[in-house]
Amino acid sequence: MRPDGRGETESLYFDYPHFEPPSDRAGLTRRARVAIVGAGPVGMTAALALAKEGIASVLFDAKASFNDGSRAICVARQSFYILDRIGAVAPFLEKALGWTTGRSFYRGRQILEFDMPESPREKYRPMYNIQQQFIEQYLWETIEREPLIEARWQSEVTGIEDTSDGVTLTVRDPKGGYDMAADWVLAADGARSPTRKMRGLRLKGENYEGRYVIADVQMNHDYPTIRRALFDPDCRRGGTVLVHKQPDNIWRIDYQLRDDESTETAMAEGEVRRSVTAVLSDLGHDGAWELEWWSVYSANTLALDDYRDGRVFFIGDSAHIVPIFGVRGLNNGLADAQNIAWKLARVIAGRAPEGLLDSYTPERRGATLDVFANASKSARFMTPPTEGWRLMRDAALSLALTHPFAGELANPRQMTPYTYADSPIVLPDESGFEGGPVPGAALPEARVGDGFLSDLLGPGFNLLTFDPELEGLAKDDLTIVVLQAKTEAESALGTGPGVTYLVRPDGHVAARWREASPEAVRAALHRSIGGDEP
Amino acid sequence: MTPEQLETIYEALATQLDAIPQPQRELFLAKLVLLQAHEAADPDTTLRHIAEAERDLDD
Ligand SMILES: Cc1cc2nc3c(=O)[nH]c(=O)nc-3n(C[C@H](O)[C@H](O)[C@H](O)COP(=O)(O)OP(=O)(O)OC[C@H]3O[C@@H](n4cnc5c(N)ncnc54)[C@H](O)[C@@H]3O)c2cc1C
Repeated sequence: MRPDGRGETESLYFDYPHFEPPSDRAGLTRRARVAIVGAGPVGMTAALALAKEGIASVLFDAKASFNDGSRAICVARQSFYILDRIGAVAPFLEKALGWTTGRSFYRGRQILEFDMPESPREKYRPMYNIQQQFIEQYLWETIEREPLIEARWQSEVTGIEDTSDGVTLTVRDPKGGYDMAADWVLAADGARSPTRKMRGLRLKGENYEGRYVIADVQMNHDYPTIRRALFDPDCRRGGTVLVHKQPDNIWRIDYQLRDDESTETAMAEGEVRRSVTAVLSDLGHDGAWELEWWSVYSANTLALDDYRDGRVFFIGDSAHIVPIFGVRGLNNGLADAQNIAWKLARVIAGRAPEGLLDSYTPERRGATLDVFANASKSARFMTPPTEGWRLMRDAALSLALTHPFAGELANPRQMTPYTYADSPIVLPDESGFEGGPVPGAALPEARVGDGFLSDLLGPGFNLLTFDPELEGLAKDDLTIVVLQAKTEAESALGTGPGVTYLVRPDGHVAARWREASPEAVRAALHRSIGGDEP
Repeated sequence: MTPEQLETIYEALATQLDAIPQPQRELFLAKLVLLQAHEAADPDTTLRHIAEAERDLDD
């Protein structure tokens, strides 16, 4: 909600653009390879990832502008690699605030300071804060330069029917309605996903009790970009408060409501102002501030059983809703978009069997369940669901004042990339490796010459090897990168003249060998695109 | 631990529990367990103790 007297999209720091519905009506019913429902951050990323693979798409959004209000702010390192691959990372690096440190306080005293892994070997910081408005704007600016994406605003998808070889979408915009056929559909239409409802599917899982008010304010405040968590602070006895800095002097304040506080009362503007004033004075800020936007939410762990329904794939919030503790909603969705895009592109281009698409659900749902496990731990610490959980949480906090080990229990377990170890298209690990990423894990970064290991990767699959004899394996969709011994790359990947990694288009390891043979590489590549086991 | 040492601990705990008002006693005990468990660095034994202490509570 916005303060009284300010318009719906009248923001203190962001100009919402206005998009018209399609004016040229002639080609609207032309069959599309891929239709994407929803131009939120996940739908836009999927469109860009498909375009990078040479696949055209039509992108629909019901609204006339970007999503408004206070939404995602924390973008993880792994997501920056996705933005890099789709050619959108530059403005993000310019605007976002990188950070590594979190501090937790109990009754005003610091009980934990954690640092996320960071070293000169990394190309990107572990975490960046940037408002979702800018995320959507920068993705959109990249889309505008991309001829393979046709975006249609103010275009609501109201129907979806299977046909023998695809689907038919029914679309409505202010100028009329029409049907359009598509080979494949990506449903990126958010938490309330109309597509999900039209397909008769439901999210399953748990709702947590705790309610949080999330308020964005603008103020001059010189604290560095550090995630602050306040447990049982003076301003909110018994509750928890989170504070994050964002670009343009915007600060995110999340505060937990007590069980006896009604949501309605808490959401009234006067009450929000009182609560924010109390939090800010706890932080030592008595200066001026302006209220940007506020809303209320609770933590949920909900997901579809299957992210695929025939020719429809669910990506982002339409497939899963995750608690925000540990910043996963958006990051998890971006990884969905990247995962389905490289697979679908290869199936459409006839480079991979349709079976490749069956790996989407196990890989991405696996990642979501992992997020649930971690996020549930954080949610139980932030908002203990029962007396027992509360007692142990308070015991840990109280002990943490003098014993740092107990403070570790307050660690929010920030997002780390998921390892697709159980994936049907990832090869089991060969014994004998000490260190280095296991199959399914994200490729680690290393400095190579003036740049980074990730800069050496070509589009599609990559074979990273210390064995120059494998160079001859290069072909369409497989780049061979020969690495030098005694470098950072060697310490990141493991030593040995034959050490070789097959890396997927999404930067995850598909297979690795201490001594690779051309036959083994070919077989692994076959398996990674959904071919039968050799 | 000798029976005398155990007795010393038993008495110290009883005295301390009496000195702590009821609402904080549970918190005190929970902190004590975390501290002991961390020091012992033997999670299996602690988990076994949690199960054992739960027995016969209403006798
Ligand atoms: C108030 C709030 C606060 C949040 N805070 C955080 C946070 O701090 N950190 C975090 O990580 N995440 C946060 N999130 C979650 C984060 O915003 C989502 O994970 C993210 O937006 C998901 O992106 P998406 O593209 O999947 O869906 P969305 O961003 O919801 O986009 C869906 C799009 O689909 C469009 N659409 C819907 N139906 C149709 C239709 N029938 N036809 C055409 N278009 C349609 C919508 O107009 C919308 O643009 C927050 C969310 C909310 C609502």
